[in-house]
Amino acid sequence: MPASSPMYLPTDQSPAPLELSGITVRFGSMVANDDISFSVRDGEVHALLGENGAGKSTLMRVVAGLLRPQSGEIRVDGKAVHLQSPLDATALGIGMVHQHFMLIPTLTVAQNVCLGLARAGRIFPNLRKVATELAELSRLYRLDIDPFARVGDLSVAGRQRVEIVKALYRGARILVLDEPTAVLAPQEVEGLFDVLRKLSAAGTAIVFISHKLQEVMAIADRVTVLRQGRSIASIDKRDTSVVELSRLMIGADIRLPTVDGKARPASAERLQVTGLSYRDDHSLRLDDISFTVHAGEIVGIAGVDGNGQHELAEAIVGLVQPQGGQIMLDGVDLSHASPGTRIENGLAHIPEDRHRTALVDLAIRDNAILEVSGHHPFSRYGLMRPAAADSFTRQLIDHYDVRCTGPAQKILTLSGGNQQKVVLGRALMRDPNLVVAVQPSRGLDIGATAFVHRQLLAQRERGAAVMLISAELDEVLALSDRILVLFKGRIVGDLSRAEVTVERLGRLMLGGDE
Amino acid sequence: MTVLDTTTKNTAAAYSAFRPLLQGILPSTAAFLLALAAGAILIVFWGGNPVTAYAALADGAFGSWNSIAETLLRSIPLTFTGLAVAIAFRGGAFNVGAEGQLYIGGTAAAVVALWLPALPSYLLLPLMIAAAMGAGALWAGLAGMLKLRFGASELITTIMLTYVAIYLVSYLLRGPLQEAAGYLPQTDRLPSGARFASLITSTRLHMGFLVTLATVALTQFLLWRTVWGYRLRVTGINARAAMAAGMAVGGLSMSAFLTSGALAGLAGVMEVVGVQHRMIENLSPGFGYTGIIVALLGQTSPFGVLIAALLFAGLQVGATTMEAAAGVPATLTVIIQALVVLFLIGRPAIGQIARALRRS
Repeated sequence: MPASSPMYLPTDQSPAPLELSGITVRFGSMVANDDISFSVRDGEVHALLGENGAGKSTLMRVVAGLLRPQSGEIRVDGKAVHLQSPLDATALGIGMVHQHFMLIPTLTVAQNVCLGLARAGRIFPNLRKVATELAELSRLYRLDIDPFARVGDLSVAGRQRVEIVKALYRGARILVLDEPTAVLAPQEVEGLFDVLRKLSAAGTAIVFISHKLQEVMAIADRVTVLRQGRSIASIDKRDTSVVELSRLMIGADIRLPTVDGKARPASAERLQVTGLSYRDDHSLRLDDISFTVHAGEIVGIAGVDGNGQHELAEAIVGLVQPQGGQIMLDGVDLSHASPGTRIENGLAHIPEDRHRTALVDLAIRDNAILEVSGHHPFSRYGLMRPAAADSFTRQLIDHYDVRCTGPAQKILTLSGGNQQKVVLGRALMRDPNLVVAVQPSRGLDIGATAFVHRQLLAQRERGAAVMLISAELDEVLALSDRILVLFKGRIVGDLSRAEVTVERLGRLMLGGDE
Repeated sequence: MTVLDTTTKNTAAAYSAFRPLLQGILPSTAAFLLALAAGAILIVFWGGNPVTAYAALADGAFGSWNSIAETLLRSIPLTFTGLAVAIAFRGGAFNVGAEGQLYIGGTAAAVVALWLPALPSYLLLPLMIAAAMGAGALWAGLAGMLKLRFGASELITTIMLTYVAIYLVSYLLRGPLQEAAGYLPQTDRLPSGARFASLITSTRLHMGFLVTLATVALTQFLLWRTVWGYRLRVTGINARAAMAAGMAVGGLSMSAFLTSGALAGLAGVMEVVGVQHRMIENLSPGFGYTGIIVALLGQTSPFGVLIAALLFAGLQVGATTMEAAAGVPATLTVIIQALVVLFLIGRPAIGQIARALRRS
């Protein structure tokens, strides 16, 4: 049975439960949503497809009542509405499932659902009644939720179902899910899709926001493609294909670079990791990891999120101290070195979480010299030399095409792509020996992603050793000379470019044998 | 998120040029004025006239050479404790124990003077200052060590160590360090070499005020011109990013504690050398705590701290004149100080109320 065939057949005359027309949202001079129109019908799964930065989240915030557009109209059941706050949206039957769950881990499912819900009783909610009704909803849609379970004890997929049931309990007829599969393992995605199919069969209108083509093809009835803030097309799933959608989404003008794939002459080993083990407060995160990265080689690290990639990167850059194993860079033992010493020895780190690990809420200039402030020419006799920092920053802005007003601009006022260019520039302009890039294109639009990829390839050409850790399989596949697969903290696969197929990789990522 | 319309763009551009300046001064000025306004309402409730009360307050603080000198004198310990809190804050630590570090610093300075009474002033004073800074740094360093080694929150440890400090000093002043006469919990009068000369004749204002000004300029320089200051600020804003960038975050954090404690110790020696001329049990009427407010009001910038300290000193010095002339209790100024904090911290709430009013 095709996943999309709706059992619930709306008549074409009835007004769409949710319709947006001409929505425009500007942030300063940046147009995040440019005249976007789309509608979703009862019982339909409508996918909003687009790259990071295409305007999906902005549009979602408009629908959720979190953001008011400068122009355009939102109609619910054919009637124009003005959403002043999320409460208005909820009252109209719009339910949101955010990417970051809005749940309190220490409370039970029923308690979470009651929060801020006057109907459950203002001061002392009638938890028993709510729980009974939740159990009923759960049974109806096979959500498999225990109303008395503590949210903190649930799996990520479980918490996501709690968010869904919370929205339903609040009377959602229109359910909006923001990148719901980003946090799920592949098997869990199937479970979510089953739930969504049941909901749509019962008449719920579903907006499914994603940048993953395969998933959109699997679940959607109709697809609206967003690109750079504009809606490029609204098409029936039946009339399109992965190839066409990908062309629409990315645009014909930009193509992501790939590694040339030519077998390279054997070159020197730069990074040698032997027997690396790391245990945090909870469990063993890295289990006897050994690998090497050669000069002029990009080694991709693939794996389902949470299988040790994060810890591997932190261990290599020195943010955590592994209990066992050795890290050698160009013959120097860095196993117990501070991050500073590793940087002195030619390590460049593009961290996963820009805001937490790479940026400081100061001027671009202050961020550009973060790793070299103690060195000539940026300081002398312990005094800063702002002129040197300025000229270096101008160079960085120039070489890496950072769109800004100058070195004194606050870095957090830049767009994500431009922030990342600063992080990239300050790391790569040092001509590093080893680049550890973690999710280097997260949150960037396609143009900025292509730029980041070209820079990584340029480092490879230069002869640096490059480690690329990414949850985006496409990224790993496009750039890597070799791919290591992590599963539960162990390397379960080491595939050369020629050996790699998506199927093989997928099996390894799920812990299967070859 | 503010969404700018194209029509307001020019004003926005003009605004953005002054923004760093405005962002620093505007909220503090607003909080201070709002606190004064709220204080005026309280005066009315009390049955007084806010205009005459505030006029008396200003007269008491700045009306004559002597009152100006008293205000400046009072600003000295407030500036040092304010700087102490500000520097720690810049480095990501909340030192709420400047009071204890002040007591320890003052005592250490007195001990030096009692121990080496024959030293000439030009040797004795620097030695006392060094001892006070060292002792204050040590006291704050204890809290720093507890934080770095065991992850103990300095909010708790600095305040607790303040009690330890005050009772320790109390014990010393009733025991080994007590005056020869043996009546009061205080030391003997310090030798004449352990005194600052007056700055304005026939007032109590002493040369320590110049030391204060120099320290303000020096901390400003340290924070914004040195590699240490840059790294300290980076660590204070985002310690993880500082660490990832190769900075020795632990050492920087410790240096923030030590510097902070040294500055608080300076507040103590200034009172001993410039005002009391001996170590006494009640050396400080809460300078260490008021320093927290001073640092907040001064936006944790050294020059801002100086201005905030002058304002608070004026409030405290003018209070008695206000009570005498307008019949408004002097404790009103304590309420005003507290209101300044509320209005500073409650800034986001004020913004929300303003938005809600505009909407309705």
